[in-house]
Amino acid sequence: MLLEGQQRIPSGCAISGVIDRSGKGMSGDVMIRSISVMHDRSNGLGGGFAGYGIYPDYRDFYAFHLFYDDTFAKTNTEEYLGRHFEIAYASEIQTRKIPEITDEPLIYRYFVSPLSRKLESSHLDEAEYVVRCVNKINTYINGAYVFSSGKNMGIFKAVGFPEDVGRFYRLDEYSGYSWTCHGRYPTNTPGWWGGAHPFGLLDFSIVHNGEISSYDANRRYIEMFGYKCNLQTDTEVITYIFDYLVRRKKLTLEEAAHVVAPSFWSTISRKGAAEQEQETLLRKMFSSLLVTGPFSVILGYTGGLMALGDRLKLRSTVVAEKGDKAYIASEESAIRVIEPELDKVWAPAGGEPVIFELYGGRK
Amino acid sequence: MSDTLFMYPEYEVVRDYDKCIACRVCERQCANEVHSYDPDLKKMLADSTKCVNCHRCVCLCPTHALKIVKSDDTYKINGNWNNQTINEVYRQAGTGGVLLSSMGTPKPYPVYWDKMLVNASQVTNPSIDPLREPMETAVYLGKKNAKIERDEKGKLKDTLPPQLKLSVPVMFSAMSYGSISYNAHESLARAAEELGIYYNTGEGGLHKDFYKYGKNTIVQVASGRFGVFKDYLETAAAIEIKMGQGAKPGIGGHLPGSKITDAVSTTRMIPKGVDAISPAPHHDIYSIEDLRQLVYSLKEATGYKKPVIVKIAAVHNCAAIASGIARSGADIIAIDGFRGGTGAAPTRIRDNVGIPIELALASVDTRLREEGIRDNVSIVAAGSVRSAADLVKAIALGADACYIGTAALLSLGCHLCRSCHQGKCNWGIATQVPELVKRLNPEVGYKRLVNLVTAWKHELQEMMGGMGINSVEALRGNRLMLRGIGLTEKELSVLGIRHAGE
Repeated sequence: MLLEGQQRIPSGCAISGVIDRSGKGMSGDVMIRSISVMHDRSNGLGGGFAGYGIYPDYRDFYAFHLFYDDTFAKTNTEEYLGRHFEIAYASEIQTRKIPEITDEPLIYRYFVSPLSRKLESSHLDEAEYVVRCVNKINTYINGAYVFSSGKNMGIFKAVGFPEDVGRFYRLDEYSGYSWTCHGRYPTNTPGWWGGAHPFGLLDFSIVHNGEISSYDANRRYIEMFGYKCNLQTDTEVITYIFDYLVRRKKLTLEEAAHVVAPSFWSTISRKGAAEQEQETLLRKMFSSLLVTGPFSVILGYTGGLMALGDRLKLRSTVVAEKGDKAYIASEESAIRVIEPELDKVWAPAGGEPVIFELYGGRK
Repeated sequence: MSDTLFMYPEYEVVRDYDKCIACRVCERQCANEVHSYDPDLKKMLADSTKCVNCHRCVCLCPTHALKIVKSDDTYKINGNWNNQTINEVYRQAGTGGVLLSSMGTPKPYPVYWDKMLVNASQVTNPSIDPLREPMETAVYLGKKNAKIERDEKGKLKDTLPPQLKLSVPVMFSAMSYGSISYNAHESLARAAEELGIYYNTGEGGLHKDFYKYGKNTIVQVASGRFGVFKDYLETAAAIEIKMGQGAKPGIGGHLPGSKITDAVSTTRMIPKGVDAISPAPHHDIYSIEDLRQLVYSLKEATGYKKPVIVKIAAVHNCAAIASGIARSGADIIAIDGFRGGTGAAPTRIRDNVGIPIELALASVDTRLREEGIRDNVSIVAAGSVRSAADLVKAIALGADACYIGTAALLSLGCHLCRSCHQGKCNWGIATQVPELVKRLNPEVGYKRLVNLVTAWKHELQEMMGGMGINSVEALRGNRLMLRGIGLTEKELSVLGIRHAGE
């Protein structure tokens, strides 16, 4: 059977996210409880979490999480990392042995900072330098896979049900101001840990429920700009699209949302002149990044969460607020289980981005 | 032996005398003078040697007494020397001339459209019902590689070069006034206007009556520069530089003198009655840097307000050529496959030069993406797009839109007799004879064109909906939606698709 990345595997899913806009930390346990309610939306073939603000002591370093198939891959990677980064701290990621999670690879964490001499001679900005190094490791070092590479955030994922994955990674011991999580229902899987979600690039993380029909149009377009869709998953290509539009093209999140899930032409024609002009322009400029077919995603980034669904709303998304906290989930039950009394609950329209950010805005 | 040998006609006119009422409609309708009335016998006769098999008489016979059949006369059966090959030798031995043909090649080359199958959604994602949900077919053609710039309020500035908006990704191919009739042009222009798409003047200039359709008109600048002047360029929505044509790569246009009437002569700005043979190359373009100069000359002349299209024939190295064009300032590349039609071409060139559009389109799209310059240009595919299914497949391979020529002519009544170069088109399309031209009523013609494109739009929407795609932009280049059937590994790799079952 072909591995993930050698073939395209459609999957259904559950997603959930929470943010405390005051910046206060929450234990990862809150996400585990939320996702476990949606147990039947996963099938035990993939689950994962992203936490923000979890590494305050190393906030200025890129936190790389890696899977290694063997020590040989680890040796090669560490040699590569040593040549490109200053490594502030490295260790195995602490896990809890539980019967539900098996066949784990070697899982390591490195807090790194680009070597200034190397960075300078690369003529790249720091973010692009890091992205290219991550791509190099993932593409060229056999048996090594960087699955998290942002600052003061981390992704944790595995083959298994998401609540088991959370316990395995001892997420109850981490504290973050925002969390997202994902339970996966792939239609077939080789059971590779790297194929679980969230998918991350720098501080962007994406959890996604759906199967997009525009995949190859999006993939073939985004690959023109140096991205390589090694995993052939929707989540991967959507992450690259947001990275391209927001980090490289400097669009706002709302503008990027109008590219990915634009209003129909007929809807745009009924809007005010200014909106009409901007939305038409975005559709004309980035028509190949329009995503069709069912999807609902939570984009996590430093300081915020964005929920976005496809324009026909073919996947459910519910959002809610309670005091400083804001919630996003596939089902309302996943929110109620962690906060029964809500100030406000609503279902965003298809293509309507909902953004929750720390007070004081995006960092 | 005389200069000309008798050759038994390829097709025979068969008349059912039980049905024939000798009304002589067939006689009046046939510009080739096949039919005649014998007053002594009191019956209609037919001279099949003059018949081009255009089916005009068959369609208009009030009692359906006529049919045309393939003749069963044959030379001694020979797998290598078939009747047509032998006849062509006889014809050339008699005349010493180059054989001329019209429309696309009839040879049985592979049609890759028919070897690709389209996907549909089920279970893991839903198909979309175009009768109940929006299904977007509009596209903008032009460069997309604009810089992001903002005004002082932070609003995005419109930095995009000029774009062509199409309500459906179909346009009418270049067919010149001269090769086709005034009424055919009027039908195309009016249909383009009503549909919100574009028609193309070809290299025959623009009749003054049609300037009013300028916003739906693409004007062509070809190697003969026929009819090109200031007003012509300014009237148009876009300008197309014709570097090549799929039906006859490597040579210029041919318009027989018999088709150059007063009006055609005025519009083309050339002498009346003399063959108009365009130069094979543009004599100011011997290389890519020269093309760039023409692109920018035309942009300068029109104030950078109109997209410039460069049309090339699909030939072996068209991917490399397209890569050069994408860096030449052109906004759109039109690629014309070798099965595309023509009003007149040397038979040997039409039947042997060039490559199929499917392969050319796939390799050009792939190449431009590999080089990261696909956004520099839009791609228009042409050269035998016969149906909405071909259109869907072309878009999935990477086309932004398609040109249709033969299909448009068929909807005007053309029966593909491939005799356009003779100028006696009984359907009033490829002729300048006033009595024949008036047979094509533009009022009817334009409606039939509108019907055709509208029908294709519905079919496009149905097929997109089946794939779970509700905007044609998400189909463009979406090759995972295609699978090959009965193709070799090499063909699959050129097309960039997988085989059915994979």
